Amino acid sequence: MSAISPRSTRPRFDVNGWLFVGPALALIATFMVFPVLHSLWMSFQTGLGMRLSFAGLKNINRLFNDPLFFTALTNTFIFFLVQVPVMLTLALVTAALLNNPDIRFRGVLRTAIFLPCVTSLVAYTVLFKSMFVANGLINTTLINLGIVDTGIPWMTDPFWCRTMIIIAITWRWTGYNMIFYLAAMQNIDRSVYEAARIDGVPTYARFAFLTVPMLKPVILFTTVTSTIGTLQLFDEVSTITGGGSAGGAAGPGNSALTLSLYIYNLTFKFAPNFGYAATVSYVIVFLVAILSFLQFYAARERKA
Amino acid sequence: MTTHGLKKRLASAAVYLFLAVMAFLSVFPFLWMVIGATNSTSDIIKGKMSFGEGLLVNAATFFSQVNAPLIFWNSAKITIIATVSTLLISSLAGYGFEIFSSRFREKLYSLMLLTLMIPFAALMIPLFMLMGKFGLINTHIAVVLPTVASAFIVFYFRQSTKAFPHELRDAARVDGLKEWQIFFLIYMPVMRSTYAAAFIIVFMTAWNNYLWPLIVLQSNDTKTITLVISSLGSAYYPDYGAVMIGTVLATIPTLFVFFAMQRQFVEGMLGSVK
Repeated sequence: MSAISPRSTRPRFDVNGWLFVGPALALIATFMVFPVLHSLWMSFQTGLGMRLSFAGLKNINRLFNDPLFFTALTNTFIFFLVQVPVMLTLALVTAALLNNPDIRFRGVLRTAIFLPCVTSLVAYTVLFKSMFVANGLINTTLINLGIVDTGIPWMTDPFWCRTMIIIAITWRWTGYNMIFYLAAMQNIDRSVYEAARIDGVPTYARFAFLTVPMLKPVILFTTVTSTIGTLQLFDEVSTITGGGSAGGAAGPGNSALTLSLYIYNLTFKFAPNFGYAATVSYVIVFLVAILSFLQFYAARERKA
Repeated sequence: MTTHGLKKRLASAAVYLFLAVMAFLSVFPFLWMVIGATNSTSDIIKGKMSFGEGLLVNAATFFSQVNAPLIFWNSAKITIIATVSTLLISSLAGYGFEIFSSRFREKLYSLMLLTLMIPFAALMIPLFMLMGKFGLINTHIAVVLPTVASAFIVFYFRQSTKAFPHELRDAARVDGLKEWQIFFLIYMPVMRSTYAAAFIIVFMTAWNNYLWPLIVLQSNDTKTITLVISSLGSAYYPDYGAVMIGTVLATIPTLFVFFAMQRQFVEGMLGSVK
C-alpha cells in the first residue's frame, strides 16, 4: 500500500478524459483541420465566388504565369531576408549589453525596449505612417541633422516604402526577441565568462565565441518564428497601403504587396477567385512547413 | 593603467549611449502618439514635437466619425468572450492530456500540435465560407470561434501541468471529489500564475486581432477599435489628429495590463520556449 506510484493512480482516458480534451479537439478540428483541408481541395478548383469547378493543376499553372504573385513572393522574401537578420542582430547585441549586472537602470531600460510589444500592429503602423509623411517628423529631422538634403520619398518610392516597413517591423519586434535572448543568457554559467575574462579574452570575442554559440538554439527559434511571422505579414502592409483599396496598387509599384495581402485581395477585393487564392495560400503553407521542419530538427539537436 | 581606465570608461559610455538610444527609439512613438493627440493634423504632418491645443477638436472629430462607445464595447466583448472561453477550453484540454492516459493520447496530441504550423492565410477563405454556412457573418461569435481552438495555449497548459503536484490530485480523489471538481476547485487556484501568463497571450491576441475581424465583420456597428483605426489611418489623407485619439484609446488597455502584470507578461511571451 505504501508504494503507490503516480503512474498507478493515473486514470485511463475514459469518459472523463474525453470530456476534458473533447471541446478543444472538436474546435480545432472544425476551425483548423477542416478549413486547411478544404482549402487544399479548393486549390484544385476554379471559378468566381462560390461557383467552383474542378480545374486540376490549372491554378498552379496560373501561379507560374502571374507577375503579381511573383511580386508578392519577392516582396515577402525581401522583407524577411533583410528585416529578420537586422532585427535579431540588434536584439542580440542589446540583450548582451543589458545582461551585464553592473549596468545601471537595467530594469527601466529593459522595460522601455520591450514596450513596443504592447501596441497593436495596426496602431503602431498608423503611428509610423504619420511620422514618415512627406514633410513630416522623420524627413524634417533628417534634413535638420544634415543627413539628407531633400526629404526621402518614403511613401512614393518602392525602395523607401519597403525600408519604412522594415524599420517599423524592427521597432515592434526587437524588444520581444531581446527578451528571449536575455532569458537564455541568464541560464549561461557566469563562471565561463569569468574564466575567459581572466584569460584575457576581449569582450567582443567573448560575445562572438562564447555567447552566440551557447545561444544557438534560441537564435534558431527566434529566426524561425520571425521568418514565419514575416511570411504572413499582413496588418502592417494593409494599413500602410489602405489594403490595396479596390483596384489600387499596394504601395508604390506594389512594393508592399505581400503574399497574405495578395490572397486577401484575390478573395475580397478583386473578382473573388477562391480557388486560385487557396493555391497561393498553399505556397505559404509549404514555406512555413519547411521552416517548422527546420525548427523541429534543431530542437532535436538541442536535446542531444 | 590610466589609458586602460580611460578605454574602459569610453567603452562603458558607448554601452550606455547605445542602450539609451535603443530605449529612446522604443519609447518615442508612444510620446509621439500622445503629443499627436493634442495637435492638429496639419501640425502632425509637419512633425511638430510639442503639445498643442488640438486635443478637444481631435476628440470631437474622432467621436463624431466613430461611435466610440459601441466600437469599444465590441472590442471589449470579443476580448472578454475570447479570453474566458479560450482559457477554459484550452486549460481543460492541457490538463486532460497530461493527467489522463490512453493509447491515442500522444498521437492526438502530436496531430493537434501540427495545426500550429497552419498559416492563417490558408484558413481565411474556408473559414469565411463556413461562417457563411452557419449564418454567422458579421457576428462577434464568428470572430471568437476560430480563436478559441488554440493548440498553442493547450500546449502551454500541458507543459505547466507537469509541475502540478500529483499528491494534491490523489488526495482529492481519496476524499471523493469528482474529476471536474478537482479541476475547478484545486487545479485552477493552484495554477493561477499559468492562467495569468496565458491570459496575457490570449488578451493581446484578441484585443489586437485584425485580419479575421476585417474579413468577417462587415457593417460599421459590429467593427472593433483595431478595424476602425486601420480604416481611418489608411485613408489617402488621414485625419491624423483624430486617429491619434483612437490609437491612444486602443493602447491604454494593453498598456494597463502590461504595467499591472509585468512579470506574467514577460512569462507569457516566453511561454513557448519553456
